Amino acid sequence: MLLIPCPWCGPREDDEFTFGGEADIPRPTDPDALTDEEWADYLFMRDNRRGRHREQWCHTAGCRRWFIVERDTATNQILGASTYDASP
Amino acid sequence: MSQPFRLNRGGRIDRHAPLQFTFDGRPIDAYNGDTVASGLLANGVTLVGRSFKYHRPRGIVSAGAEDPNAFVQLGHGARTLPNRLATVTPATPGLKVRHVNAWPSLEYDVMSAFGLVAPFIPAGFYYKTLMWPRRFWPLYEHFLRHAAGLGHAPDAPDPDRYDHVHAHCDVLVVGAGPAGLAAAHAAAHTGARVILADEQAEPGGILLSTCEHVDDQPGPNWADATVAKLSAAPNVTLLPNTTAFGLYESNLVLLAERLITDQPDHAGSEHGARIWRVLPKQIVLATGAHERPLLFGNNDRPGVMLAGAISTYVNRYAVAPGSRAVLFTNNDSAYRTALDLTDAGIPVAAIADVRSDPDGDLPSEARAQGIPVYPGAVVRHAHGGRRVAAAELCSLDGDPLGTVECDLLGVSGGFAPALHLHAQARGPSQWDPTLAAFAPKPGHGIHPAGAVAGELELAATLRQGTQAGATAAAAAGYSNGNEVEAPGANDSTQAPIQPYWLPPGNLARAKPQFVDLHEDVTLDDLRLSLREGYESIEHVKRYTTLGMGPDQGKLANPLATGVIAQLLGRDPASVGTPRHRPAYSPVSLGAIAGRHIGPLADPVRVTPMQEWHQVAGARFENVGQWRRAWYYPQPGESMHDAVARECLAVRRRVGILDYSTLGKIEVTGPDAGEFLDRVYTNAWKRLRPGRCRYGLMLGEDGMIFDDGVTARLDDQRYLMFTSTANAAPVLAWLEQWLQTEWPDLRVYLTSVSEHWSNIALAGPRSRDVLAAAGTDIRLARQDFPFMTFREGHVAGVPARVFRISFSGELSYEINVPADRARHVWEALVDAGRPLGITPYGTETMHVLRAEKGFIIVGQETDGSVTPNDVGLGRLISRRKDFLGKRSLSRPDSVRPDRKQLVGLLTDDPAQVLPEGGHVVDAPGPRRPLPMRGHVTSSYFSPVLGRSIALAMVAGGRATLGERLHVATLHDDRWLPVRSCNPVFYDPQGARQHV
Amino acid sequence: MQFYSLPNLIRRGLRGHRDWTPAWRKAEPKPAYDVVIVGAGGHGLATAYYLAKLHGITNVAVLERGWLGGGNIGRNTAIVRSNYLWDASAHIYEFSLKLWEGLSQELNYNVMFSQRGLLNIAHSEQEMRDLARRVSANQLNGIDAELLSNDEMSKLVPILNTSPDTRYPVLGGTLQRRGGVARHDAVAWGYARAADALGVDIVENCEVTGIRTADGRVTSLETTRGEIRAGAVGLVVAGNASVLASMAGIRLPIQSHPLQALVTEPLKPIFDPVVMSSAVHVYVHQTDRGELVLGAGIDAPVSYDLNGNFRIIEHVLAAVCELFPIFSRVRMLRQWAGTVDVCPDASPIISGTPIKGLFMNCGWGTGGFKATPGSGWVFAHTLAHQEPHPLNEPFALDRFTTGALIDEHGAAAVAH
Repeated sequence: MLLIPCPWCGPREDDEFTFGGEADIPRPTDPDALTDEEWADYLFMRDNRRGRHREQWCHTAGCRRWFIVERDTATNQILGASTYDASP
Repeated sequence: MSQPFRLNRGGRIDRHAPLQFTFDGRPIDAYNGDTVASGLLANGVTLVGRSFKYHRPRGIVSAGAEDPNAFVQLGHGARTLPNRLATVTPATPGLKVRHVNAWPSLEYDVMSAFGLVAPFIPAGFYYKTLMWPRRFWPLYEHFLRHAAGLGHAPDAPDPDRYDHVHAHCDVLVVGAGPAGLAAAHAAAHTGARVILADEQAEPGGILLSTCEHVDDQPGPNWADATVAKLSAAPNVTLLPNTTAFGLYESNLVLLAERLITDQPDHAGSEHGARIWRVLPKQIVLATGAHERPLLFGNNDRPGVMLAGAISTYVNRYAVAPGSRAVLFTNNDSAYRTALDLTDAGIPVAAIADVRSDPDGDLPSEARAQGIPVYPGAVVRHAHGGRRVAAAELCSLDGDPLGTVECDLLGVSGGFAPALHLHAQARGPSQWDPTLAAFAPKPGHGIHPAGAVAGELELAATLRQGTQAGATAAAAAGYSNGNEVEAPGANDSTQAPIQPYWLPPGNLARAKPQFVDLHEDVTLDDLRLSLREGYESIEHVKRYTTLGMGPDQGKLANPLATGVIAQLLGRDPASVGTPRHRPAYSPVSLGAIAGRHIGPLADPVRVTPMQEWHQVAGARFENVGQWRRAWYYPQPGESMHDAVARECLAVRRRVGILDYSTLGKIEVTGPDAGEFLDRVYTNAWKRLRPGRCRYGLMLGEDGMIFDDGVTARLDDQRYLMFTSTANAAPVLAWLEQWLQTEWPDLRVYLTSVSEHWSNIALAGPRSRDVLAAAGTDIRLARQDFPFMTFREGHVAGVPARVFRISFSGELSYEINVPADRARHVWEALVDAGRPLGITPYGTETMHVLRAEKGFIIVGQETDGSVTPNDVGLGRLISRRKDFLGKRSLSRPDSVRPDRKQLVGLLTDDPAQVLPEGGHVVDAPGPRRPLPMRGHVTSSYFSPVLGRSIALAMVAGGRATLGERLHVATLHDDRWLPVRSCNPVFYDPQGARQHV
Repeated sequence: MQFYSLPNLIRRGLRGHRDWTPAWRKAEPKPAYDVVIVGAGGHGLATAYYLAKLHGITNVAVLERGWLGGGNIGRNTAIVRSNYLWDASAHIYEFSLKLWEGLSQELNYNVMFSQRGLLNIAHSEQEMRDLARRVSANQLNGIDAELLSNDEMSKLVPILNTSPDTRYPVLGGTLQRRGGVARHDAVAWGYARAADALGVDIVENCEVTGIRTADGRVTSLETTRGEIRAGAVGLVVAGNASVLASMAGIRLPIQSHPLQALVTEPLKPIFDPVVMSSAVHVYVHQTDRGELVLGAGIDAPVSYDLNGNFRIIEHVLAAVCELFPIFSRVRMLRQWAGTVDVCPDASPIISGTPIKGLFMNCGWGTGGFKATPGSGWVFAHTLAHQEPHPLNEPFALDRFTTGALIDEHGAAAVAH
């Protein structure tokens, strides 16, 4: 079980949250300008890193806000959380 | 029976509360406070089971959860409990205890014949044989399966129910032996909230088994006093009978509390269990240690017990586990057992000590009592069949030292910390040579104390427990300055143990020496495993099944590590131990499932009209969590009849459908139109207020994700309908895009699915019904055209009425606040009665939409279907970007031979195609046979008087009218069909515009 | 290779089993091989075996970070079936199933493949439609498949709760009679032993730390036991595919998740087939030892950690107690997890990569065990010919660019 540090509600059991996959994958501003390979990279390819991993979570059963969690995927240790406003 | 082996004094049993249980039908007298095991021993019953593989006679080895042998079946019928340990099961009146895995009886088990062929069925024998002839494997397997297994599952559903408790505390102490009690006391003293859990019925642990003193009083008295203090403290929760079985990340600890009953109708002594999910800030582990068995020939004979267990039976239960004992040890603790036995009047005929010069306090005392001590001696093997009869002693060099008669052979190979929870929490451990066992490395967040930390001295254990409790409380933020003093006990000097893993040379070669008693894994099996290259401890485990029994190898694994290390000539630290996996002790599936079964398995969602549907005789179907009216059979009607009647009523007169389950999302804000433009394939900004539009939503992969109508309520407000099943996923999807990708858009999403009920009126007379029910909305065609919506009142209730249609008929979808929906529904039904209004369910809805060729997401689509595939390419805007658009121009998305939506008409109009049946060009016996597609929807259309079907067929749209064949599912037949336009009824769409 | 048979077992038994030799050598890595396979799991060892056996390529090493068979081959629930929906999947899994049917004899190692039948349960009308679609496709692909009613399910597994009063009643289901289970560890050991006998070097405790390339071609692997040159490299590292691929600068469409399973204490036989329900996410069968083996759905977050979320176990057990009410008083003995690499379409990648000589066999998600023989067979072909076999051509990496996905989870076939 992970204790997810919701920036608005505090730490809560992961049961209350929805996992939203890797963070920092911005949607291309002009998809039509991309090659099929570039589009596929955006669409499907993931770093899937073993170690520090920035990822999206939504406090579905709470404030319903999306935010970013940094977690070590090898140990599940949570290293921090940030809101979209604050994130770089 | 008179309990011939009951000692006449001592023990913690209540001699004023006698009771009787049965073992294989034989009455067993015992006292309250006994376990089944102590009760059996008090009556001289030493044969309690048969081993898993060779069916050798087996007795009680331990007095706790680590026992590899004492598995029994409790009770009978629905409440029976298979594979419970006699050593931890409290004796209760009327309890029915039976042996497992022996036939016809425990004494005469035909399967003990396996013992005769044991030389030919070593570890992993089945990997090397039973391969020929190939077709015989099911036969071999049948035999293997019936020879294996232990107890029997109940034969009826479980009548008990199980609760879950969610708890938080500052300090959780696992184990209420001396270390745990001291820790709980020290932590509670600071004011911290403490939970103290112990797997046994009585807290006290080892203190209840020995004669040692704490704070100048007998250990049990100190334990009782401490427990009384803790029970009285408001900040302490004391949980006896509670096993901590799993320790997970974030410090989540799962406890299983056994609920004990003495009601005979409960058959077993447990009437369920309660699972505690505890999130402590700090954890003190005081889980103790397990005594290690020793290897010698026939070391599995009933009567061979752990020395510590003998002390427990003598001191705690006032039971003599035998009448004449021999002890075999490599450390001092067995001498304490010898003294306990002597004190109880049971002669100790010999102590064989591996060490050449045992000279600690305890050996000296034993010698002083006149107990014969054999230094540098080992037991070569045990004599006896169903019970040990003698121990053959020899020197480490193999020189015979005589055979000593005994019916009790106590062994102690040292102590291995019960690291299970520590290891589950990924706490690292290290080989401790003074223990000859793995001990936890300190400093990893969890506070081990006492034997689990490798501390076997009582005084030091109490100090360590006190320290751990105070440290844990401080780490949790509690410290009141005046720390409690650790309870005192006598320090005794103990001589170091001398690891003894396997008999030197060929000492005991001729007799089997069991490393894992439950799994019948012998020393020879380990040798074979290593010889064949299965050297990693995990390979040994998997190849020999070492430690895979219901005891999880609690005794076997620590022994095996040393044995394997010695066989390989390696350091035990490098051999390691198999990964400790939860559960520490088995936990019933029902307890873990808790209340999430039956009606509470998943919430049932119903609409406000549910009762009305029930009264009207509706049959229901599950759609996601919803229970929806499926069809309304009238007396004597089949489903087919009812659906045909409902369909014709809608096509000819008017029907009414409860469509409240549709998802409804309000999209508001200045940028709402822009937002919809990005998530739908078609354009929304220019949709005028008051108008509705059908939209398709795609995943970024270009595949249809959801569809539905959205209405523009006013300038900055849209109401989006989603499919029933996708209501929650669509909202989540939209929120994710809005919050993570487009936070600059000023848009707010609100789910209003539950707030608005939706009643669909459909059919040529629906306008008349709506008028008759009373509405202030002008219904004339020019005032309220197709694909518009109006706000007003229906039957006196504020309503949003949408002129949209999923049936192809003139239709109104009437949204009213959920709390008034039943009233409006009934008003419409009343108003429509003269016009023949007919309630219809989801099945009729499906037929009507299929007649019109309307798709259902999830039925025509499966996550691999683009808008163009279902003939909705016209909804793809070329002038804007939207989610999934780029994927529509990938090479695979533009293949001409993609599967496309077509209609299928059977040659025989009465023939309804099987849904899911595949479509081929040319039928034949060849396999694999190339397939063109499959039938997605298939019905008998009452209005057309024939069957219709929708199908996804490769390249289907370009070849309409072609001859195809559909496979049946059950009888290998082919049904000839022709493809056609998927709109079967009113292709011009005139009827919905009237 | 010592021949395994009853006569040999008896003969050696009379001598105390003292002259059995290691099932495989503890090989030291050589400086160079024609083919190096990374990962001594089921698929990797099968690949090595078929390379040596069918393609005559015996200068092969299989490198393993830890102990042989310690990954998903030793952690799965051992289910074998071939009733997949789409043609590409159906063909490769059915090919694999046919190999299973003779595998014990082929390897001279009893993998205890038990075709006790496999049931899939439908709990809704749409699931019934989906299962019917799959049965029809299977039948035309030459795969045995039957659509069953609720009554027929009840006859096959009398202890299954087929009452209409449950929360999600059993409406019907499918049966693949040739489906079943096998002894998972034995598969790894059997392939290891057979490959070793053909000259393949199996190198345990040898972790790959880098992949070297020159001119767009793989040249060697850096390992904890030195550099090893390779003519071709096959990465077969379930649960680690992204990590290994990243060493060669390749990004994969894979996310790694924990997948949990558990066993109960052993019981006398109570039911025969494998029973699976995708709606309530559970699959269960009884092992030859008598334990119930239960599998769950994957944990949602990406993770390489092997501590699964206990909530998943709770959900699985609730579902099992619903389907099999008499299991409620049976006890969970052990739970564990493996790491599964999941592709967006729940289908594997068996493919070349942008780097010449570097091939990947990964992304099997929750379904890799049953494919072990077939996967090894086609991957051996791919490595030997430096191009895919028709059976694995559809499972190319570039399908994620063209869009030609093989969407098995979208299409009703449960993903395990």
